[in-house]
Amino acid sequence: MWLIARRSVVRTFRQPGVWIPPLTFPLMLMAVNSNGLRAATHLPGFPTRSFLAFFLPFSFLQGALFASGIAGTDLARDIDTGFLNRLALTPVRGAALLLGQIGGAVGLGAIQAVVYLGVGLAAGVHIDSGVPGAFLILVLAVLIATGWGTLGLWIALRTGSGEGVQSQFPLLFFATFISSMNLPRNLIEVKWFRDIATINPVSYMIEGLRSLVLVGWDAQALALGFFFAFALIACSMALATRQLKVRMTRT
Amino acid sequence: MARSEQGIEVEGLVRRFKDVVAVAGIDLTISPGEIYGFLGPNGAGKSTTVHMLTTLLPPTAGRATVAGFDVVKQGPKVRASIGAALQEAALDPFLTGREHLRLQSSLHGITGQARKELIARLLDRVGLTQAGDRKVRTYSGGMKRRLDLALALIHDPSILFLDEPTTGLDPQSRTALWDEVGRLARDEGVTVFLTTQYLEEADVLADRVGIIDHGHIVAEGTPARLKAEIGRPTVEVVPELPDELGRLRTLLGRFGVETAARPGAFAVQLNGHGDLPAVIRSLDTENLRAAEINLHQPTLDDVFLAKTGRTLEGSEDG
Repeated sequence: MWLIARRSVVRTFRQPGVWIPPLTFPLMLMAVNSNGLRAATHLPGFPTRSFLAFFLPFSFLQGALFASGIAGTDLARDIDTGFLNRLALTPVRGAALLLGQIGGAVGLGAIQAVVYLGVGLAAGVHIDSGVPGAFLILVLAVLIATGWGTLGLWIALRTGSGEGVQSQFPLLFFATFISSMNLPRNLIEVKWFRDIATINPVSYMIEGLRSLVLVGWDAQALALGFFFAFALIACSMALATRQLKVRMTRT
Repeated sequence: MARSEQGIEVEGLVRRFKDVVAVAGIDLTISPGEIYGFLGPNGAGKSTTVHMLTTLLPPTAGRATVAGFDVVKQGPKVRASIGAALQEAALDPFLTGREHLRLQSSLHGITGQARKELIARLLDRVGLTQAGDRKVRTYSGGMKRRLDLALALIHDPSILFLDEPTTGLDPQSRTALWDEVGRLARDEGVTVFLTTQYLEEADVLADRVGIIDHGHIVAEGTPARLKAEIGRPTVEVVPELPDELGRLRTLLGRFGVETAARPGAFAVQLNGHGDLPAVIRSLDTENLRAAEINLHQPTLDDVFLAKTGRTLEGSEDG
């Protein structure tokens, strides 16, 4: 697994066009939104006076979403070029293959998380849960990147093409937007939006991260955040494993 | 790995994709150390056969053993015994040649100093020592194919599958690859199963050839035997005076059956192998002067034509 993960990391970081946009785009959105939506902090019940602190956790989600695209596109390319067949002819196990393939996305997710957190701290965000909380933010961010990355693998195995992966990307992006990314759920006035945000697991992942920044140690928010991150990994891995058996039919 | 005492045995191998029968019940026996050329046009079933024999694709019916192991029931043992360079060099453009070899050898459990020495030896063998630390995206087609071959050899397999290994290569790279494959079989006793759509490749390299068309093996044997079996030489004559083409047609018609010729020439497939002197004597007797006389020995394309009614070169039947 580590060998394939290493290759995944190496190839990801040898393509600046792959890792620079995921690193910079969420920061740009964070900068734009934290200024443009600053007035939201004046709403009664808004949990903080800093929209930057409120919005920072969404950057981790967005970075993870890019990780999904990278993992999926890389695997689709391996299917297309026959590299997956090359790996299938070695003694490597299917599970190791999948875990290794998301290495690049997870590696990038970890670096993104450190950069986003560093930029947030430099811009004056205060982490209420302190240093341990900051560490936990990184852990949860990497788990979320792993989950989204594995989902990207499933899509790649299902479609077998980079175009297929790219075509799913807007749907995943849309799913992250209909969440509590811009407002706490209790302040969302439009009912259908609030209802969807409430059943959208993305909201709980954001809120888990957000609780560490704004609240300190909120056991419920953290439990839900970690639960949905692990659930995303488990579901995506199950789907990807099943699809790998369809795609890689070695005897 | 010790060379396998067993080669490849195939009985009634079938592969269907929904309504399409890609391989329609083929039988093969390939001895250890033999180079077997599997010749056929695109879509004939060559690659599907290779995928089944390398365990990447389960057969719909039939049975096959590779190095003595059943391809369905003993997949891991088959994979441990074989090396494969499949169609299109499956390489990562962002890794170097050495990194590819390192990954592949580690996945086969070769580590440490043994791995280092093996990689150096393989890079040297395929002539990539200087380019070993360059990213593969900078490699030419020939270099990629040579790296592909080195990767297939990393665990010292006793049987090597090469799926159209020289497609798209320049003549020099092609010859270099042929030399290496020939050396592997001759000096190291590696059994080679080679698919190709190039007649010359099968002719030069293979000990035996199987011709596949529409999923069926239509002919099998040594290239010399196949050609001798159905092919008779063709004589093509260009008359010195173009208006004597009619006389030439009548004269040559006595020696064989008309066959395709260049514009301004007439050709027949001779009835017998020793008829050429008689043709020349007749031309002289009838005072029919020839600008050019060409004798073509039969080729594998003639064999393919005789067996399928089509020529192999340029035949693309999906």
